[in-house]
Amino acid sequence: MIEETQGNNAQTADKVAKEILDWGHAHDMSTAFDRAQHLKPCPIGHSGACCKICFMGPCRLVGPDAEEKAAGVCGATLPVVSARNFLRMCAAGTSAHSDHARDMAFTLLEAATGEAPDIKIKDEKKLRKVAGILEIPTEGKTKEELGKEVALKILTNFGQQKGEISYIKRAPKKRQEIWRKWGIVPRGIDREIAEAMHRTNMGVDQDPENLMMAAMKVSLADGWGGCMLSTDMTDILFGTPSPVHSTASLGVMKTDEVNVVVHGHEPTLAEMMVDVSSEKELLDYAKSKGAKGINLVGMCCTANEILTRHGIPSAGGFLNQELALMTGMAEAIVVDVQCIMPAIGQVQKKFHTKVITTSYKGKMIDAMHIQYDEHRAKDIAREIIRLACDNYKNRTGFGQMASAASPVVAGFSHEYINYMQGGAFRGSFRPLNDAIMAGRIRGVAALVGCNNPRTAQDSFFDYLAMEFIKHDVLVVSTGCGAAAFAKAGYMTPETALEHAGPGLREVCEAIGVPPMLHLGSCVDNSRILTIMTQMTEEGGLGDDISDLPAIGIAPEWMSEKALAIGVYFVASGAHVIFGSESPVEASSVVKAIKHELWQKRMGAKLEFIPDAKEIFVTSLAAIDAKRDALKLKKYEPGKFGAERVLMTMEDRRKLEKETAKK
Amino acid sequence: MSKIIASAAIRGAQTVFKNAEALLYKHIAEKGEDFVFEFPDTAYHLPMIYAMTGFAVRTLKDMKDALEMTRGYLHPEPVAKEWTPYLGEALDSGMATLFAEEIWLAMRYLEGLEPEKDPETGYVYNGFITDTIQRNLGIQLVDGRMPGFAAIIGAAPDDDTAVRIVREIQEKNILVFLSGTSGGETITRQLLRKKVELGWDTYLVPLGTKTEHTLYALDWAIRASMIYGGIKPGDFAGNLKYTKDRVFAFALPLGPLDDIKWATGAGAINMGFPAVCDTDVPVIHPTGVCTYEEVDKEFDHTKIVSKAIEVRGLKIVSHKPPIPIAYGPAFEGERIRKEDTFIEFGGNRTPGFEFLKNRELDEIEDGKIIIKGENWQARYEAGGSMPIGILVEVAGREMQPDYEPIMERKLHHNINEGQGIWHMGQRDINWIRISKAAKAEGFSLEDIAKIHHTMTHSRFKAIVDKVQVTLFMDEADVLAHRDEARRVWKERDDRLGSMTDENVDTFYSCLLCQSFAPTHTCVITPERLGLCGAYNWLDCKAAFGIDPTGGNQPIPKGETLDPKYGRWTGVDEYIVASTGGAVESFNAYTIMENPMTSCGCFECILAVVPEANGVMIVQRGHTGMTPIGMKFSSLAGTVGGGVQSPGFMGIGVNFVTSRKFLFADGGLKRVVWMTKALKERIKDSFDVRAAEEGVPNLLDMIADETVAEDSEKLLEFLSSVGHPALTMDSMF
Repeated sequence: MIEETQGNNAQTADKVAKEILDWGHAHDMSTAFDRAQHLKPCPIGHSGACCKICFMGPCRLVGPDAEEKAAGVCGATLPVVSARNFLRMCAAGTSAHSDHARDMAFTLLEAATGEAPDIKIKDEKKLRKVAGILEIPTEGKTKEELGKEVALKILTNFGQQKGEISYIKRAPKKRQEIWRKWGIVPRGIDREIAEAMHRTNMGVDQDPENLMMAAMKVSLADGWGGCMLSTDMTDILFGTPSPVHSTASLGVMKTDEVNVVVHGHEPTLAEMMVDVSSEKELLDYAKSKGAKGINLVGMCCTANEILTRHGIPSAGGFLNQELALMTGMAEAIVVDVQCIMPAIGQVQKKFHTKVITTSYKGKMIDAMHIQYDEHRAKDIAREIIRLACDNYKNRTGFGQMASAASPVVAGFSHEYINYMQGGAFRGSFRPLNDAIMAGRIRGVAALVGCNNPRTAQDSFFDYLAMEFIKHDVLVVSTGCGAAAFAKAGYMTPETALEHAGPGLREVCEAIGVPPMLHLGSCVDNSRILTIMTQMTEEGGLGDDISDLPAIGIAPEWMSEKALAIGVYFVASGAHVIFGSESPVEASSVVKAIKHELWQKRMGAKLEFIPDAKEIFVTSLAAIDAKRDALKLKKYEPGKFGAERVLMTMEDRRKLEKETAKK
Repeated sequence: MSKIIASAAIRGAQTVFKNAEALLYKHIAEKGEDFVFEFPDTAYHLPMIYAMTGFAVRTLKDMKDALEMTRGYLHPEPVAKEWTPYLGEALDSGMATLFAEEIWLAMRYLEGLEPEKDPETGYVYNGFITDTIQRNLGIQLVDGRMPGFAAIIGAAPDDDTAVRIVREIQEKNILVFLSGTSGGETITRQLLRKKVELGWDTYLVPLGTKTEHTLYALDWAIRASMIYGGIKPGDFAGNLKYTKDRVFAFALPLGPLDDIKWATGAGAINMGFPAVCDTDVPVIHPTGVCTYEEVDKEFDHTKIVSKAIEVRGLKIVSHKPPIPIAYGPAFEGERIRKEDTFIEFGGNRTPGFEFLKNRELDEIEDGKIIIKGENWQARYEAGGSMPIGILVEVAGREMQPDYEPIMERKLHHNINEGQGIWHMGQRDINWIRISKAAKAEGFSLEDIAKIHHTMTHSRFKAIVDKVQVTLFMDEADVLAHRDEARRVWKERDDRLGSMTDENVDTFYSCLLCQSFAPTHTCVITPERLGLCGAYNWLDCKAAFGIDPTGGNQPIPKGETLDPKYGRWTGVDEYIVASTGGAVESFNAYTIMENPMTSCGCFECILAVVPEANGVMIVQRGHTGMTPIGMKFSSLAGTVGGGVQSPGFMGIGVNFVTSRKFLFADGGLKRVVWMTKALKERIKDSFDVRAAEEGVPNLLDMIADETVAEDSEKLLEFLSSVGHPALTMDSMF
């Protein structure tokens, strides 16, 4: 499969997307897929050798022995320049997730105070759990009182100047100590971002090692700050996901209904649209315009949010956005922030689709702007849907109707993953840890991150996922990776029966799960941090995340957010591989920092490997090395099972005296 | 595949739930919501619901609320294609099934249908298992005599297979619960037809003919966690971890399974109990909910028991003498009636004795069996009765005279554990019967000697190198050797009677119960035996000699901190370490301050009666009320689980007549109430001690249940007889 889609100018492994791309080519339309082929990346910037921080430059640090000899006007050497670029990317990524989280905090606050009357706290149990973590007393408080306190406490995480952000203590104890030892515990989310921008300003931090440690610090503010807070608050407001059945791919568009695509990242408006789209009044309105109904579909991480919570179909990830318009069936594409291609503003001119921006932070020329306002959230949602209904009559039939959608079972919150391994009374991570220890499951791979048209869409994802499960590696996924697997039809329990290795298959069969678990959107990578922590705490797999036979892979990344995620995973102890050339390729010094130095200090490294097969081989070797270090049973396909320790009465007396002390 | 099991369990839960709901609402309509229900003799309400949720169900209204809560754990069946996960849902359904079964069985009690009476055979099943039975079994659970528990659900393919399976389990000392029906047949009926003796004594406990009756066994298992583990009701995670780690139970569903069997099985899997089936069922091998596999299969009935034991992670150490009959503690409780007896010895019918003596290594020959008697083979073959004198001579480098009485007491168990042979008494009042069935199996007189040889070696392997057994079968020999033995027994008794806490420098701990009660430690002194009544100081000394790393460890007394209260530096240090810090200090001679903790298998409970300025004693099995307004079962709940509770203490019966009994609190004279049965049991030694205390008629001044079951009547009685406690110093 990888041979088919790598090289040969293949643009996508998504069959439905390919139908549309082929139609586009036939109609002389170009998309990001084509532009990526025509517009080669600037090799200097691509490898981190371009400094445009001040206006003495931009300076290109190239030439023979550039590492030693090249310098910018100010004298900055290649390691300094590429480390500075790297840190800035991490800071930018952190700012995106965290600003998203800030909006969620304000929404929670206004939902709690009643200022946003359409939004209610849905998961009180989780609210109380989060309040507990934030050390807010819960007894005797209504969910509204508690919601307010939680929101206000979370908001202090952004502007806090000293100390530690709240969720640091959720990490394994050993990991927290490592962070404290190296001085990379974030003090406040905004402070770390501002400081990163300051440090990379002209003439401040000139030490590549210092800069790269700062990249960890600001990224930790993303993972254990913005992302984790956002996940929690979204669960509190809109419900903690549990498995739902739905469909995915551009085939989810319906020929006889008003199709509204919600695209972007923040789930609030999308949630309102889910609520109102089943209102009789709106359905009648759609019918009055000649449509049979209203078909809300998600795209990118908004899709993941409403797929995992409500089973709303996903039209796919980031790279499908232009294609959604080219189906000719999208009455409206409603966008907010992050990963919105300006190109859709241009594509819409050829179709009847209305592009509607809804955040003042993200406006677009040629788009219609309807500002989202949580104080009248549902009214705005209704207004947008009515507008889409009005546009239904303008469909021309021009476009490539997509043929098929794939089934998907999504919605694996870490809470549900705990539950699914034993139910309400016995839920734990023991079965997963046991399966890894016994060699039924070789290890866990997180396949996450973006799509990037410089790789045939989904090709790395699809290849790696299928190879991993064949070799008994459990796959967890978020973001556009999860969308890829959903579109490919991989995220069904049948995939385990048909394709997984014998051990993984047995575990999936016992629980009833797909071998690739859809954990949600890209902020939900925080769920993976929680899962890894829980696996560590469950016992048997070491005492820190860096001991786990696990690997994080962003095979088709493009966004700065992905880099921040990758770095917070490394800082948390997980080995991470990105599927591309390195953005700091030019500097061997920086490479050594993120390989050797980080390995030494964090027990993990960040690699960039542009070849899918090599990623796979490296990953398996890394997983097996962790297994060896843990002295686990050597992995052999089809040969597993714990060695039974048969207990005599004497053994039983020696069991931990854990009980009556409680 | 697992989905089939999950679907069946989810459906089964719905069925059981509906059955419980229908029956409950019928009774609510008849009796009203305030109607009170209790299972017989338990302080744990509906035990499963209580352990999981902390909800003490008392009335039909409570049951209604509990059932509504249960509804939340029911789930829809997984769909045919692209299903959502089902394991957590199936396990929840399993727990919902257990809750609903508990309510359903409670309603059957109201209808008079429980304990069930077999409509075909008239056999009355056990029904709900009481707290008393649970506590009676305490010591067996921990000393290896009852290492595991099996639930057989359904029926074997034929009667002979049924017998073979249970015999194998019995030989492995596993307690078996029987329930359910398959193909219209039950294993209980199969065993009854083959005249297998059923009941607690033989480790075979029929609970009922329905799958739902299995809940009684699970209710029993979950109470172990609260009684011995001290886990709080409502701490479902703690209670289920306890059953998974410490209660070695498994299910053997025989014959085809239906939805209700799967649903009940899913409930059991929550507790960590796996099932091994004899039919072609889907299996669930991944581990983590259970210690090993959750569901497995084994079609070969000669292998299914050992497979199940292995799947549960249980190690059974058993020693079988080379005799032609089955052997193990499960056969100890078996009785042999006169008409089934082939031959008997002793028991006032003929003279008899059994005596164990230490010898020098060169004096005896290991494995040598001597049978002395005129024409003894022919006399044995003729049946009827014969005199018997059993002399067991042992030698070993580590052997000490103190071990002799301990080893001699085991001679009773040695014989009694054989299937079809029976033993009672000891020393010169021994009584042995050999059944016709055992004789038919080929059991010979020599086999009695073989049993003693094998088992003395096996039980005392660390201290015994040689065992020689002589059987005297002629009356003259028996009488002559009995006189010699009687002389030695008197010496032994005198020595034991003269031992005090002061004249030894080492006490012993008993940690046997830590497999069930992890923070409890018994401190056993010459004048205070273990609270279960099974271990005294000499037993512990011998046990330590036999197994230096075993459950009885020496405690150097160290400095005496308080001779009156019985507090020593060595004991305090030991207790902190052995309880993992849960108990910090310990006084041996008072109930008022840092008294000893209890595991749960105490023979008696001692409790302060504040109004009477004294204490009361109630023994396990007494179901009536006591003057402090609590029955034994409720009192036991406050005393067990390794917690120090001043004013309450679990003790062994014989401690009452020790000179150190409540030594710091005023001693024997503090006893103001004692059950009649207990009074009768200890009368002789009590009167001796009472005379020493200067109140020879003390026993008559102590109230019992025939006089008072509340404090008011108690005080009236004590005043009328002038009980000394009323004028003693205040206990507080």
